[in-house]
Amino acid sequence: MKIAVCIKRVPEMDVRFKIASNGVGVDETGLKWDISDFDGYAVEAALQMIEKLGTGEVVVITLGPDSAQETLRKALSMGATRAVHLKADAIPFDNFAIARALAAELQSGGYDLILFGKMSIDSSNAAVGPMTAELLGMPCVAAASKLDIAGGKGTARRELEGAAELLEFPLPAVVTIDEGVARPRYPSLKGIMAAKKKPLEVKPAQLGDVRMTVTTMALPPERPAGRIIGEGVAAVPELVRLLQTEAKVL
Amino acid sequence: MATHVLAFAETRSGDVRKVASEAVTAARALADAAGGEVHAVIAGAPGIAGKADALGRSGADVVITLEHPALADYNPEALASFIAERVKAGGYRAVTFVASAQGKDLAPRVAAKLGVPLASDLTSVKLTGDTVVGTHPVNTGKVIATVTLSATPAVVSMRPGAITAADNPRQARIEAGTLVGDPSASRVKVTQTVAGNTAKLDLGDAPIIVSGGRGLRAAENFKLVEDLAAAFGNAAVGATRAVTDDGWRPHSDQIGQTGRQVSPNLYVAVGISGAIQHLAGMRTSKTIVAINKDKEAPIFKVADYGIVGDVLEIVPALTAAVKQAKASH
Repeated sequence: MKIAVCIKRVPEMDVRFKIASNGVGVDETGLKWDISDFDGYAVEAALQMIEKLGTGEVVVITLGPDSAQETLRKALSMGATRAVHLKADAIPFDNFAIARALAAELQSGGYDLILFGKMSIDSSNAAVGPMTAELLGMPCVAAASKLDIAGGKGTARRELEGAAELLEFPLPAVVTIDEGVARPRYPSLKGIMAAKKKPLEVKPAQLGDVRMTVTTMALPPERPAGRIIGEGVAAVPELVRLLQTEAKVL
Repeated sequence: MATHVLAFAETRSGDVRKVASEAVTAARALADAAGGEVHAVIAGAPGIAGKADALGRSGADVVITLEHPALADYNPEALASFIAERVKAGGYRAVTFVASAQGKDLAPRVAAKLGVPLASDLTSVKLTGDTVVGTHPVNTGKVIATVTLSATPAVVSMRPGAITAADNPRQARIEAGTLVGDPSASRVKVTQTVAGNTAKLDLGDAPIIVSGGRGLRAAENFKLVEDLAAAFGNAAVGATRAVTDDGWRPHSDQIGQTGRQVSPNLYVAVGISGAIQHLAGMRTSKTIVAINKDKEAPIFKVADYGIVGDVLEIVPALTAAVKQAKASH
């Protein structure tokens, strides 16, 4: 089985972001970067499938500037077989342009399964996976919370609002991964050493026209500073009064 | 000149979902700016056409109905093909979806078939001259991006709940749509829709959410959170990742960076310290109440009203007080 996993390098989110001086991005000074959360689950899911089968290949693919190679190395250190870097000056916000570049790389790859995270944790568009599937003409399941592959077909579960769907589909297919499928492993020291020698191929990204851009970025309005209204059960009547008269939610 | 706007009206198990009116309302605003009509697409098993009136009430001029036994469950391939072909046939300036579980799956498929990007999960949208401009929370809601779409048609999905479904009644013309190909031949098949507890409000729909964390100390104490939610009457129950990882609650209840992102009118955090990953899922709530024993807990920095103390004592007292307040209305 040959599995491709498309991953993205994103900033870690546990910081207070500042807007860059150009006004259309965040100030990258001091940010730490890692593989996007759901993409990490997708890499883990692919590795577990190959390990269970005892044979196969996991190819990790990313699009972006040279710094994106760090993210590929991380996935290689987790156990991916090889990596492809689609090089671009920056990651555009246009999800169709990204899907087009990925589809151009994936179409001749002979993959049985192509995985994505259900969305990137920074842009949060949840679009590139299903778009790539359409461009490749492959069946697609978006946001699978369970995934099983056996005998040339797949079964998956998707969480809906207050319900769930069970699906089946033939391979080759594109699946985007929700939390719950697999918790990513930490790379071992041995894995990190081995990753340095694994193949990482660099190609230009064929993005085409960019027709969707971020024209400004801003911080959301600050919440007023928190207020502790009291201690223990004695504070409950005051809370109820505030919910009725001030917040007007009761 | 393309002036009409196509809205996808979501259904599940034979009923029109609340978000369908939100998609139509967003489409109405765009169509008014372009000087065109709103055409809503509704699909389901035979009989779904009977539900078309609801869409006229929120501003659809035309309702296109698709009825087929193979559309009883969500059928992404048949719907994406139909919508893309309809839009390609001409006259449409924009297509609107809601970024629900179904909309997030369907909208990018349609955009790709049309060869255009998707402006996804918008909290506002407007048509200005040649472009459609929307706002979209990025970086777990810590940054708001203004997104400009220059492609035609403009394909957009709205964040569930971001648009208030408007009452804009008109007598919609009903038109039976013709599917492209056989919907039974779709490669991706929904074999079962597993109903959740239908009495339970979904986190995305609930005006009030009561959420519990490790501070509850044991799975059985979650009963206190459920009791408080029941006292409010219109509340859903959420949880932190620590709690869902421990199996106290299902993963689908998790609120946070990797779970659901919610913005109810009232969010009550019970025994939640307020890890940054949890705040990412609820910081846009209108009013936040926190009950926690540690007065230094970060949740108190975002809470409009905080009470320091033992949740096992305070929550039952609050439940009783809420019941009393409700009863005296």
